Amino acid sequence: MKRGLAIKRGFTYLALVALAVVFAFPFVWMLSTSLKYDWQIFPREGQPFSLNLFRWPMRWGNYPRALETFPFLNYLYNTLYICLFNVIGTVASSSLVAYGFSRVRWRGRNAIFILVLATMMIPYQVTLLPVFILFRNLGWIGSYKPLIVPAFFGSAFFIFMLRQFFMTLPGELSDAARIDGCSELGILLRIVTPLAKPALATVALFTFMGSWLDFMGPLVYLNDERLYTLALGLHAFLGRHGADWSGLMAAGTVVVAPIIIIFFFTQRTFIKGIALTGMKG
Amino acid sequence: MTTAAAPPTRRASYAARAERRRLVTGLLFISPWIVGSLVFTLGPVLVSLYLSFCDYRVLTPPHWLGGENYRQLLADEYFWRSLGNTAFMFIELPLGIVIGIALAMLLNASVRGQPGFRTLFYLPSVVPVVASAMLWLWIFNPDPKIGLLNGLLGMLSTAMEGLDALLHGLLPVLPASLHLHLPPEIPWLVSATTAKPSIMLMDLWGVGGGMIIYLAALQGVPQHLYEAADIDGASSWQKTWHITLPSISPVIFFMVVTGMLGVFQYFTSAYIMTSGGPEHSTLFYALYLFQNAFQYFKMGYACAMAWILFLISLVLTLVVFRSSARWVYYEEER
Repeated sequence: MKRGLAIKRGFTYLALVALAVVFAFPFVWMLSTSLKYDWQIFPREGQPFSLNLFRWPMRWGNYPRALETFPFLNYLYNTLYICLFNVIGTVASSSLVAYGFSRVRWRGRNAIFILVLATMMIPYQVTLLPVFILFRNLGWIGSYKPLIVPAFFGSAFFIFMLRQFFMTLPGELSDAARIDGCSELGILLRIVTPLAKPALATVALFTFMGSWLDFMGPLVYLNDERLYTLALGLHAFLGRHGADWSGLMAAGTVVVAPIIIIFFFTQRTFIKGIALTGMKG
Repeated sequence: MTTAAAPPTRRASYAARAERRRLVTGLLFISPWIVGSLVFTLGPVLVSLYLSFCDYRVLTPPHWLGGENYRQLLADEYFWRSLGNTAFMFIELPLGIVIGIALAMLLNASVRGQPGFRTLFYLPSVVPVVASAMLWLWIFNPDPKIGLLNGLLGMLSTAMEGLDALLHGLLPVLPASLHLHLPPEIPWLVSATTAKPSIMLMDLWGVGGGMIIYLAALQGVPQHLYEAADIDGASSWQKTWHITLPSISPVIFFMVVTGMLGVFQYFTSAYIMTSGGPEHSTLFYALYLFQNAFQYFKMGYACAMAWILFLISLVLTLVVFRSSARWVYYEEER
């Protein structure tokens, strides 16, 4: 019995390590290519494929060269700018709306809440074109407004998530505050917000990741290269220097590395947040 | 109104006033959503429905066509092809679910270094699609001397040939027609037959996104159920089938619904890696819609496509919801 368990455990580790290699290898391959000279990437006539990952001499120059055509800092600034306003807008508006759907009792509340859930079912393609036309008529194309302004009107998914969380908070605290003459907004800010910190952090993090990863939005609304986000800039780089693989991989590494770092530091919030969102069924 | 009909006692009017105040407060709190959904969701949905019956090319005002867009769509070869390509990608859904759950179960077996493995498996799903698409373009490079996958495949195929020769040498009884064989190279994204499976392979690299949700669900399965099963002498297979999977079925259900909608909105990697090629084999529905809207500027046509997409997803969701009573178990019902 004990022996069988040890063997089983051994197989689990073996499988995990093998899978870890498979999952990590694309990243390693990217890093490896980003440090190679062309003559190391493309074998000469008669030479076979080489799995040598890190070969001497390493070509660190790929990075400065890539960053010359791919203004990383500029794109990073643009991306962070959009992310920041999305986070502020989404957290503020979604918690206001979620409060209205959970901590204030009013007639018709649940019926309207079902409407909120229903809007989640609408594929974005249905609204994309009219919204595009709307922004075009407003003269907002080529600015960050189309990517930022909608965030200030609440996002159905996060409203839902926060509402579920707010519902679990005890009602006595807000009742006591109400008796003391505290306004509803005051209750949200002073009582609910401190208690809901983990949920709000999750919303912030997910919103951040969402707008960091967004490709379609910037693709549709931004046309000036100086305003490009990282994703869009990388796409332009790929279009222009499609054969410069070491340069592309260097740019890719530079884009991916911050995410890996952020993820390492926020892992716990992430996992907790996913447990919050995933358990709704 | 009720207060006006009955003679207003002080208490009733107080209650009515309190209720009205709560209604106003509630509406004020949700007002961002009301405005936002009118401007960015409900309004656009109606506009899109109207435009789907119009010829609209952005620069000139919309021109009413009636059902012409829909009639054209039904006769449009590429519409059907994009629908077929998208339907093909549904294979990815069960694959992703099975692999995601399997990975989560492996990790849930309280192994040492779990956080490290978890992070590693999860990472690919937080990489911007542009970056992963670019990386996989490079990995899929069809030149066996350059592309990672074809390079590895070439090595494996050579090794396999050697093994085959060895086996046939050792065991002459093996029939000559029986051979160990691996193709030395696969055209991946370059051929119409392998392009879609290649994209699936790339997507499965990002399976960690689902895995982490299953993992959270697995950790919520009540431990006492397993203990009871142990006492009854249940095998681990029985425990998986009768405890684990039913317990996480609400999460699987959630993943099926979101995954289904996701397949229909499949866009970015095809747009970046293949732009629909080769031979339109990766022309997915959302990609063709995007091309109609922003490359051919046939906004009305694209809106008609969006509405068909909407109806298909509604029907699919309804079907899954209907079926859910049979296979999704909720805690409260147990």
